[in-house]
Amino acid sequence: MSTIPSDLKYTKTHEWVRVEGDTALVGITDFAQQELSDIVYVEITALGKKVKQSEPIGFIEAVKATSDIYAPLSGEIIEANPQINKKEGDAPAMVNRDPYGLGWLCKIKITNPDELASLLDHEAYANLVQRSQHH
Amino acid sequence: MSKTTPFYPRHLAAGGKMVEFAGYQLPIQFRGIIPEHHRVRTTVGVFDVSHMGRIKVWGRDALQFINQMTTNDASNLAVNQAQYSVMCYPDGGIVDDLVIYRLPDHYLLVVNGANNEKDTAWLREHLTGDVRLENVTTEVAQLAIQGPKSEACLQKISSIDLSPIGFYWAAEGTVAGVNVLISRTGYTGEDGFELYIPAEQALKVWDAVMAAGKEFEIEPIGLGARDTLRLEMKYCLYGNDIDQTTNPLEAGLGFVVKLDKPGGFIGVDVLQQVAREKPRRRLVCLETENRAIPRPKLTVYANGDPVGFVTSGTLSPSLNKGIALAYVQREFASVGNKLTIELRGTRHQVVVVAPPFYKHGSRKK
Repeated sequence: MSTIPSDLKYTKTHEWVRVEGDTALVGITDFAQQELSDIVYVEITALGKKVKQSEPIGFIEAVKATSDIYAPLSGEIIEANPQINKKEGDAPAMVNRDPYGLGWLCKIKITNPDELASLLDHEAYANLVQRSQHH
Repeated sequence: MSKTTPFYPRHLAAGGKMVEFAGYQLPIQFRGIIPEHHRVRTTVGVFDVSHMGRIKVWGRDALQFINQMTTNDASNLAVNQAQYSVMCYPDGGIVDDLVIYRLPDHYLLVVNGANNEKDTAWLREHLTGDVRLENVTTEVAQLAIQGPKSEACLQKISSIDLSPIGFYWAAEGTVAGVNVLISRTGYTGEDGFELYIPAEQALKVWDAVMAAGKEFEIEPIGLGARDTLRLEMKYCLYGNDIDQTTNPLEAGLGFVVKLDKPGGFIGVDVLQQVAREKPRRRLVCLETENRAIPRPKLTVYANGDPVGFVTSGTLSPSLNKGIALAYVQREFASVGNKLTIELRGTRHQVVVVAPPFYKHGSRKK
């Protein structure tokens, strides 16, 4: 079973968001990292850019597949996790080991706080995961 | 409803992440694709390959039949010897790749799980003379034990001395008291064995193998690592690298195509022509310089023009870079040739390298 912390917000595309003031910390969920399995490379391609909600901001390479990362909120991508965005070693595997902690992906400076209401809470996200597991 | 193999309860108990593959519930991974891959390269791992199709062929004309249906020459096989081969359509396209065993009183054809029904029907359609055929897939379980420590592990519970068994040879013996066929085969590039086990005794053998391998940190290995291991060796995967639209000569499988075999085989005329004119494209090994991973169906470019496409691609856990198989036009297929692929809008350089990608396997000659 995957972990779904109750103090985070979620997207339908399996990102999580932790709001700290006007900044959103973004990662992918435990369910998403399990689905992807061994993550070997992460790149935030939209670093420094202003992006709209749901636009691609980067991608994750796992051994079996590549997956896009989507902006959970509109804003400016102000930081990528320097411990993850490494091209060598097993640093990207931190996303597998600690998806809600050291494996965070990027920070977004929020430009439209109203969008927070459109994100899923942990119960709604848990329902979504349950449905994807039974398809 | 998908089927299960006899080892299914052990996959669940070991925490396997189950997926449907070739109609069966099989583990894609247990601990993780990369650690499982390294386990096979360094010590020993166990694969459930019971989804493979197993077809028994016997009768007075069995050899002639097999020679007609497959591209390699089965008449060279000694008793207990195995042979890698290919079945072709009349147009040279590939029906399947397979392993043929000559056993004391019959032949055993081991085919890809996803092709089992298709292959059985194809073989039945062409039956002539005194040939009998029986699909024994469900009666027999198949377990692969692969890695440099596989002999040391299996010897502990085997009734026969394994050291004299050469690569692509087999012997009958008991493992954990169960009568099995033990063959020195596998698809990982490492030394290893495949066991053919009566299905009802499968769990007994699994448990004994796992106990015997404990000192070598034996682990069950999922389909994910099976794919990265075989790809590092440039072993073809049916459905990705070979299929009915490809022929064995362009796929680099010419070493199992005996074009002047007496009596020929289905597809020989077309393949002789391909050999004369040389294949217009080749299945080549491509390496990236970093962790950019080429995925199947990506276009391969030379000087900006499309010249081919990727059929398999992954991160090589052993080499820590992207590797891929791709069909490219013959003039761009030479080792050292620099080509490009496009990933998410960025062109990445790839270079044609000599097979296999991984050159340090423990496979016995």
